Amino acid sequence: MTIIHPGSTLAGLLDTDAIRKDFPVLQRVLHDGKPLVYLDNAATSQKPRQVLDALNAYYEQHNANVHRGVHVLAEEATALYEGARDKVAAFINAPSRDEVIFTKNASESLNLVANMLGWADEPYRVDADAEIVITEMEHHSNIVPWQLLSQRTGAKLKWFGLTDEGRLDLSDIEQLITEKTKIVSFTLVSNLLGTINPVEAIVRRAQDVGALVLIDASQAAPHMVLDVQALEADFVAFTGHKMLAPTGIGVLWGRQELLEDLPPFLGGGEMIETVTMGSSTYAPAPHKFEAGTPPIAQAVGLGAAIDYLSNVGMEKIAAHEHAITEYAVARLQEVPDLRIIGPRTAVDRGAAISFVLGDIHPHDVGQVLDEQGIAVRVGHHCARPVCLRYGVPATTRASFYLYSTPGEVDLLIDGLHHVRNFFG
Amino acid sequence: MKLDSMYQEIILDHYRNPHGKGLRDGDAEVHHVNPTCGDEITLRVRLDGAVVADVSYESQGCSISQASASVLNDLVVGKPIGEAQAIQEAFLELMQSKGQAEGDEEVLEDAVAFAGVSKYPARVKCALLSWMAWKDATAKALAEQPAINN
Repeated sequence: MTIIHPGSTLAGLLDTDAIRKDFPVLQRVLHDGKPLVYLDNAATSQKPRQVLDALNAYYEQHNANVHRGVHVLAEEATALYEGARDKVAAFINAPSRDEVIFTKNASESLNLVANMLGWADEPYRVDADAEIVITEMEHHSNIVPWQLLSQRTGAKLKWFGLTDEGRLDLSDIEQLITEKTKIVSFTLVSNLLGTINPVEAIVRRAQDVGALVLIDASQAAPHMVLDVQALEADFVAFTGHKMLAPTGIGVLWGRQELLEDLPPFLGGGEMIETVTMGSSTYAPAPHKFEAGTPPIAQAVGLGAAIDYLSNVGMEKIAAHEHAITEYAVARLQEVPDLRIIGPRTAVDRGAAISFVLGDIHPHDVGQVLDEQGIAVRVGHHCARPVCLRYGVPATTRASFYLYSTPGEVDLLIDGLHHVRNFFG
Repeated sequence: MKLDSMYQEIILDHYRNPHGKGLRDGDAEVHHVNPTCGDEITLRVRLDGAVVADVSYESQGCSISQASASVLNDLVVGKPIGEAQAIQEAFLELMQSKGQAEGDEEVLEDAVAFAGVSKYPARVKCALLSWMAWKDATAKALAEQPAINN
């Protein structure tokens, strides 16, 4: 019997047949002829031909070190690298290209801010009298740098708890964010719960007490319009590889006057103005924060990824993922014993959906799904405090992107029924 | 089908009815975690002279890690420490074989069922979690009882 699911007629879907042709890996066939169903996009995205071609063209035609040398290749490489910075600035609506710092990933971006604040002069300096505020739904990369800063300076680390529905509990916001708070750092979209957080309420309170705000947009930048001016944050961090770009390239955006005032993170070539054996002066931002040869090809790849995403349109991508997420949330709840960890609707929710399936361990769920060609993530997703909060050792997570289809959701559901039969 | 080579019926049986589970008195206790997946085990070893008198444990994790702890309990309890250590080394060798070894059934008994798991690098740590905890706990128990440390 063939069951026609409503998924094929969802409103707002992109032309995934056309999009999927751009992604060579999506043509792969795994074990015994099963097509790859790639649902691990919150971990990393696949790469379109356009990005791979940009990487190849860079290495085949233009490879040189940047910002030095007067030869043709050096000038071309510099223009491509700095051109990628322009593309990032436009993509996030940054007031100035000089506010875009290239890092190796979001973790480095977050660590960069945490370290700068430990070394900064007043009024930014985080010291023993200061407080740092994060949330219980952060990725480890937005927890551990603050624990380190807290341990080194004596600053107090505080955090927002979570509601049973998988949202931030803002009821004690005035006790959490106080006159002592120097920095509030939180994720825009949870990588485990999928929750989209209420930025405005948190930023408003932080501004009232004069605290800086850092937003981890790793799970947002690939999926929705990201406007750093509308967010009104002081810093925004994200990574390239989750948004069609290669690994090894991340971004930290920061407000210009802060970048001028704050001390450098790493020292080395490229970040200096002059150097004597006794001391150095530093280049202006962004170069002040980009010591050493940067990830040039990776930045070029990020630029190509941004071109690809912009051609499709971030609003259309968000609408597509919203439709897929709404469909997936509904269909997952048809599976007996399945419990979604996170919001059980598609409202204010991204396209990463975590769940547990009865008492079948996520590792076993993922293994049996893999046998059917379905790639999901299992484990604590580098957000172990969230697992502790909801009393589960780990979850299975399916996460979607612009090339995901309702048919893939159907295959996931069929696969989960198979998992239940296998361990039943 | 490849999956059946990992999830042998013997493994699923141990997973559904683990042997020796629960914490009992011991001479040493360790807590090991698999940081990539969050699997955890608290394991105690009780020695009686040079014999492994008991291995008791509380654990949470996947079928492979749970079944492996159950098989560990079957294989080492009641054995002289030296023989138990030889079994542990044989199991480690099997799990590091990348699917190339079958395991000596004389030594490993039910544990040869894990040969298929060795083909899955991500799951080898699951199978080894309890065994590494046992090795660690035994070393601790021996260190605390120098009189019987041969």
